[in-house]
Amino acid sequence: MVKIIKVGMADLQSSVHPCIITTLGLGSCVGVTLYDPVRKVAGLAHIMLPSSQQARNNSNIAKFADTAIVKLVNDMVALGADKSRLVAKIAGGAQMFSFADGTSEMLRIGARNVSAAKEVLSSLRIPIVSEDTGGSYGRTIEIHSEDGRLKIKTIGHGTKEI
Amino acid sequence: MVRNINDLNSVHIDVLKEIGNIGAGNAATALAKLLNRKIDMDVPRVKILDFKDVSETLGGAELPVVGIMLKVTGDLTGNILFILKQQAAAILVNILMGKVSDGADDAKVPEFSEIEISALKEIGNILAGSYLSSLSSLTNLNIVPSVPDLAFDMAGAILSVPAIEFGKVGDTVLYIETEFTEGDKRVVGDFFLIPDVDTYSVLMNALGVSF
Repeated sequence: MVKIIKVGMADLQSSVHPCIITTLGLGSCVGVTLYDPVRKVAGLAHIMLPSSQQARNNSNIAKFADTAIVKLVNDMVALGADKSRLVAKIAGGAQMFSFADGTSEMLRIGARNVSAAKEVLSSLRIPIVSEDTGGSYGRTIEIHSEDGRLKIKTIGHGTKEI
Repeated sequence: MVRNINDLNSVHIDVLKEIGNIGAGNAATALAKLLNRKIDMDVPRVKILDFKDVSETLGGAELPVVGIMLKVTGDLTGNILFILKQQAAAILVNILMGKVSDGADDAKVPEFSEIEISALKEIGNILAGSYLSSLSSLTNLNIVPSVPDLAFDMAGAILSVPAIEFGKVGDTVLYIETEFTEGDKRVVGDFFLIPDVDTYSVLMNALGVSF
């Protein structure tokens, strides 16, 4: 029986094989998954904001791209993953609403979350092997520890694997 | 001065509840006029939720919901988001467009046509607009709503919008749940008033509450 682990908003989880780690209804938040294909360790972070440096309250480290990804890497290394083998897949960062009279900073948060996640991954030298980001729709994602595939479900925009 | 939502005390909560009550009351009146039906409304419930519980509200993160959002400018800046479950949205659209539901359709997952989407936008516009206008007259603040935008998607994805904004100051989301009743049909809608973090104090001070 494969263990299914749910990740909430501003939350992160990791596990060894066999498991499926999932987060439901990603909107403007970004889901970052990491995977060590040799030790089959998988991890997922549901990130809400780009940086803990700009926040007034940064006690929840799973909330921010900079702190969440570092924590996820450490957790996975503790489970036996090798940091140099980790590969990343990212999804989410949609813009759920838009307005004709120019889009506010608040609504562009999805794109900012994606670019922040990419910067953090690049500074940690973790390659991004695939992504499904942007758009204007929500995504449910699940990473399978068996082979690191990331399944993406949407309403009205189909299902895919990346 | 920027504060955490967790710092709201019982007086602040009562004030927000009262705003919600008056705002939603106005919205119910507007809805009754629009639909030309008698609309009853329950006392709104102010809810403060932890992020971990947010996706499970409204019946699950993957449940399809309709979100109608308006941008707010003026003395108070931010956004107002009105969320309806898909079934509730279908009931409102059917009443507005004079479609008679035979009951069999009620259990089906409805799809919305172009014209139904504009009808829903208009409903959101009127509800949120009347909510804001009562807030404006209560506070004496100049509050200008934009035209609405509508999204039909997973509850979690729509809720990420207010959650992120509230996430800048804390780990909780505040919203007002309102229940409208028309005959034997119950329509539950949730209002998320999302002031930009810097204008929370403007709102409280305008209501004569120190924050």
